Amino acid sequence: MRAGQAGPLRQWAIEHQIKVGDYLGAEDFVPVGQAHIMADTESLGLAGVEWLERWAALPREQRLVRIPTITDPRGTDFAAAERLKHQQWMLDLERRAIAAFEALGVLMTDTCINYQTIMPPVRGEHCAYGDTGVVIYANSVCGARSNFEGGPSALSAAMTGRTPRYGYHLERRRLATLLVELSWTPRELNDWGALGGIVGRLAGDYWQVPALTGIDHVPSSDEMKHFGAALASYGSVALFHMAGITPEALRIEDVVPAGLPKHVVGESDVRAFRKRYRDMIGAVDVVVFAAPQLSLMEMQTLAAMLDGRRAGVPLFAVTSPQVKADADRMGLTARIEAAGGTVLSGMCFYQSYAREMAEANGWRRLATNSAKLTNILGGYGYQPALLSMQACVAAACAGGKLGP
Amino acid sequence: MTAAIFYAAAAMGRKVQAPALVASDGFSARYDLDRVRGVFSRPEHKLAGESYRGRVLVLDAAKGGVATAWMLYEMQARGIVPAALVLNRVNPIMVQGAALADFTMISSFDVDITKAIPAGALVEVDPSAERPFIRVL
Repeated sequence: MRAGQAGPLRQWAIEHQIKVGDYLGAEDFVPVGQAHIMADTESLGLAGVEWLERWAALPREQRLVRIPTITDPRGTDFAAAERLKHQQWMLDLERRAIAAFEALGVLMTDTCINYQTIMPPVRGEHCAYGDTGVVIYANSVCGARSNFEGGPSALSAAMTGRTPRYGYHLERRRLATLLVELSWTPRELNDWGALGGIVGRLAGDYWQVPALTGIDHVPSSDEMKHFGAALASYGSVALFHMAGITPEALRIEDVVPAGLPKHVVGESDVRAFRKRYRDMIGAVDVVVFAAPQLSLMEMQTLAAMLDGRRAGVPLFAVTSPQVKADADRMGLTARIEAAGGTVLSGMCFYQSYAREMAEANGWRRLATNSAKLTNILGGYGYQPALLSMQACVAAACAGGKLGP
Repeated sequence: MTAAIFYAAAAMGRKVQAPALVASDGFSARYDLDRVRGVFSRPEHKLAGESYRGRVLVLDAAKGGVATAWMLYEMQARGIVPAALVLNRVNPIMVQGAALADFTMISSFDVDITKAIPAGALVEVDPSAERPFIRVL
């Protein structure tokens, strides 16, 4: 590959991986079984799309991925682009990127919840995942092994079938580096996200691995999803352990060395975290459920909350194409839309030209139950409020006015 | 008088000289930047409102998110991009983004680099030196 005998794309890929691996101290490569590429066109830009298109024009045997490769959400839902006021150039760029990826043999799954809907990894499986929420869930809940593989690196892994062996591919890196003792266990998804934000700030960087004790029940997949996504977003964390719950921490002493710094987190900390966002605004212009995409169960919960009610401000429920198909078939989409909501498929709100959407639609104040979304949208000019799903629905149905 | 010089444990890219924009805060191209205007846009960021174009960014740690892996290349193509990234701690995404964009980045020092480099100082970053460094000119 390095000599170019497998074509210029694989040559670029292996050189890219060597450059990255050298910087991060990898001694060799590890084979990976699947890759997941994040590549919305807001991130790629025209330059990135043209870069992809150059590879897509190669002869077939030189351009096809070697391992099952899927994608993170797109930068739009074509069926709702007009509703979102996405501009034609955005849609054209997305179509070009999709065509390029398809030419490489990539499966356009357009999802950040592949561990719930496509193929959860197996404990010990080495992967090249390109979404922070996917990586932390795969590592922590499934016991798989992946680093944060950004678009170019996930594509490289797809082309070479391997990735540099550093970070969370190494057993010694998977031990806890800080201990978090909970005196209270969240019940709502926004509180799980808030907890993730708190622990993320305590951890503070990619190389920290928090271990949590004191959780009073086994969290659901959606609770783990919101916790992990926020932890990864706020702290750049890729792995956590929960005593007696996550697969590598069934005995906490297996992952917690002696003498770790300990932090105690309770209900008041979670309330204070939420309050910090909530207090800034009294009403919202839009309500968004996203980041991560909603599971079928979340869609069902939302539909039930909206039954018999009417949203007075735009309300978006963002899910994966896989869940959308089931939600359509099961009548959940129809129930959400009967209440004035819009179900978006295969995209993510913050990966879809969020600033331009805000300007085009007059959205500035936003309610969500996603701590990850709350963390990201400030830089896009939004004032986000982190509320429970129930409080978000109540706000939407009260013309955007937030309750006490 | 000897110029202050700080050696990095890891580096990539070319030698650059530019004024330093310094803060004890993190970095994410998606979370923190208005990449069209070329400024830090996240209200809570310590550099909110500051232009990063052509500056050596001296910051603490990489934040969450994977978009920077593509975005540095995209920013470079439009010419609205920092001159270099100097971080106490990187994550893989920063490294991957710098690699794709052929961008200058050095990291990991014996000191907190955000306390060592004066804001606005003209600095030289040399990733290709035998011991990669940043120094105040």
